[in-house]
Amino acid sequence: MGYVAVTGGQKAIEAADQLNLWYRLKDTEHSLETTDIEKQLRHLVDRVMSESGLYAPNYAALAIKQAEGDLCEAAFLMRAYRSTLERTYESLTIDPGRMRVIRRISSAFKDIPGGQILGPTMDYTHRLLNFSLNHENSAEMMNILREKVPDLKLSQPPVFQKVAKLLREQGLLFPPKSSGTLFDITRDKLSFPAPRSAKLQILARGETGAMTALAYSNMRSHIANHPTIGELRVGYAEVTIAYPLDASESICLGEIMITEVETINAFERDEQGEVKLRLGYGLTFGQNETKAIAMAILEQSLETEGPSPTQDEEFVLLHVDSIEANGFVSHLKLPHYITFQSKLDVLRQTQKIATATADKKRQINAQKEGQNDAGKAETNI
Amino acid sequence: MQAKLKQTYNYAFLDEGSKKEIRRATLKAVAIPGYQVPFASREMPIGRGWGTGGLQLTLSLIGDHDCLKVIDQGNDDSVNAISIKKLVQSCTQVKITTDSERATLIQTRHRIPEVPIRADQILVFQVPLPEPLRMVEAKERKTKQLHAEMDYSGIWLRLYEDIVKWGKVSIGADYPALAHKRYIFAPSPIPRYDLPKLHQADGLFLFGAGREKKIYAIPPHTDVEPLAFEDYPFEVEHFDGCSCRRCGSTDTFLDELYDETSGEKFYQCSDTGNCQKRQEMRQADL
Ligand SMILES: [Zn+2]
Repeated sequence: MGYVAVTGGQKAIEAADQLNLWYRLKDTEHSLETTDIEKQLRHLVDRVMSESGLYAPNYAALAIKQAEGDLCEAAFLMRAYRSTLERTYESLTIDPGRMRVIRRISSAFKDIPGGQILGPTMDYTHRLLNFSLNHENSAEMMNILREKVPDLKLSQPPVFQKVAKLLREQGLLFPPKSSGTLFDITRDKLSFPAPRSAKLQILARGETGAMTALAYSNMRSHIANHPTIGELRVGYAEVTIAYPLDASESICLGEIMITEVETINAFERDEQGEVKLRLGYGLTFGQNETKAIAMAILEQSLETEGPSPTQDEEFVLLHVDSIEANGFVSHLKLPHYITFQSKLDVLRQTQKIATATADKKRQINAQKEGQNDAGKAETNI
Repeated sequence: MQAKLKQTYNYAFLDEGSKKEIRRATLKAVAIPGYQVPFASREMPIGRGWGTGGLQLTLSLIGDHDCLKVIDQGNDDSVNAISIKKLVQSCTQVKITTDSERATLIQTRHRIPEVPIRADQILVFQVPLPEPLRMVEAKERKTKQLHAEMDYSGIWLRLYEDIVKWGKVSIGADYPALAHKRYIFAPSPIPRYDLPKLHQADGLFLFGAGREKKIYAIPPHTDVEPLAFEDYPFEVEHFDGCSCRRCGSTDTFLDELYDETSGEKFYQCSDTGNCQKRQEMRQADL
């Protein structure tokens, strides 16, 4: 026997790999271009980047192609790649107040400085299948759009003041809670109670569906908890690092698209007796609006105490990660012959005990009946 | 794929800093038998819950002089074992074996090989749920405190309730045990049959839980006592009168199988490497 035996298991895996390729390509004339995925399936790419915690649109597109559109699998591919990358630099803090906005709305105030910008959204589009997309002429469409869509870079003011800043200036807001030092969830195991920075990191890369469901449960079961969106903004923010030779200088590495949400919740009284509002905060890679809102709701809910599952940090933080949840639920597909054998053994032993106990009871009852009969017989005499 | 991995990824996949960090956590685990040491588990290219904790331990320890054996359910040829071996081979030059006595490093899911682990060998377990107290306490914050205060009344009560309800302890695999009279630990879902092999052994046993981000260890010559009562002693699985259809063994852990055509029940060694060796010995005797 050699060291590396070719075995049934190995052959099965190779065949499965080939079948994946076969099923991806068998009924198609051409392979999907990753640039098409990247540019035309924006929300898919954004979601994968957000859930993997890696901002790389072209890699996300590749992952989506490789995973044949399985979002969890795509986020997993990205996360596994990310975990091998060295940390070369830490970026300087990004100020979303300075981002190049493409969309911003407020449900709290009608008029906000700079105005509301609806931007690209499907919120008010009727959900009717657009059959003309079956035969879309993209060149023709682009010609029409070029005339209609203004060049945002030129027509917009560069930055919009944050709505939160207005409230803060009027003394209506508590300052954000800060744990001081920055916890890194990829470099330390989380312990409880979790610092705020760790909570925000976990939520920022949480699974969209899981977070939406939890946030929905929070809103639905607690009528009082109906936050108002102070501001939701989507746009591009610059990522900069300190210049290695002179920390007072910084270098811009490029732009990332982010969604930021600040929710206004019920007012609170702090230890000094001051009554103010507390903001809920959500931030995600890409345009992921529902997730960002859900994040703000959950983040705020975790700051309060009560019986709701969303106020339980272990419940929320340990279960919203796509990679962990999917991995563990799907591991049930692995063989469990040994554990099942062991369980069967316990069951059979327990059955034996149960049968023995039942037999014994029957015997005792029979004896009792016998004695009773004997008693009856005696009285009959 | 394999050639590509070698170029783009570090030796043994993880970067050296990460490996060092995992080894440090491992040293701490060895120093405190049964204590769950937290570590910053990395995302691996296999699923969380599919052996990423064991894999990280293996990769943090492995060098080209090593000889690796990987088993799942005792079987070298199980698809998950093959998949893990394939990954390790694609980023190292280690030798692979199915012979547990030849291996320096053995990664396992759900079994301990039949031949006892020697002092120069390390057995790495893949652990799905490292917290033995989770069955009685849902919160990590609380279980940590229970361990610290050695407050194990909850789990003892659970065993007692089992006896009242079923007439015996109903835990199958992953049977909790006390490490060196201090920490109760989860031996991973090995059968009860394997649990006594951890007691006062010569080899080093390392446990890695990737998703739960914990490492713990049973170092050589450590007392490992399965939780039991004097009048309800610990029992291993029963294979009375059964023997392996292939090698004839009556003293190994057996898989229960059913014949495809006749539907008849038969038994076969779960440790396939050992069974193979015994078959060869039996043939040589004939
Ligand atoms: Zn056998």
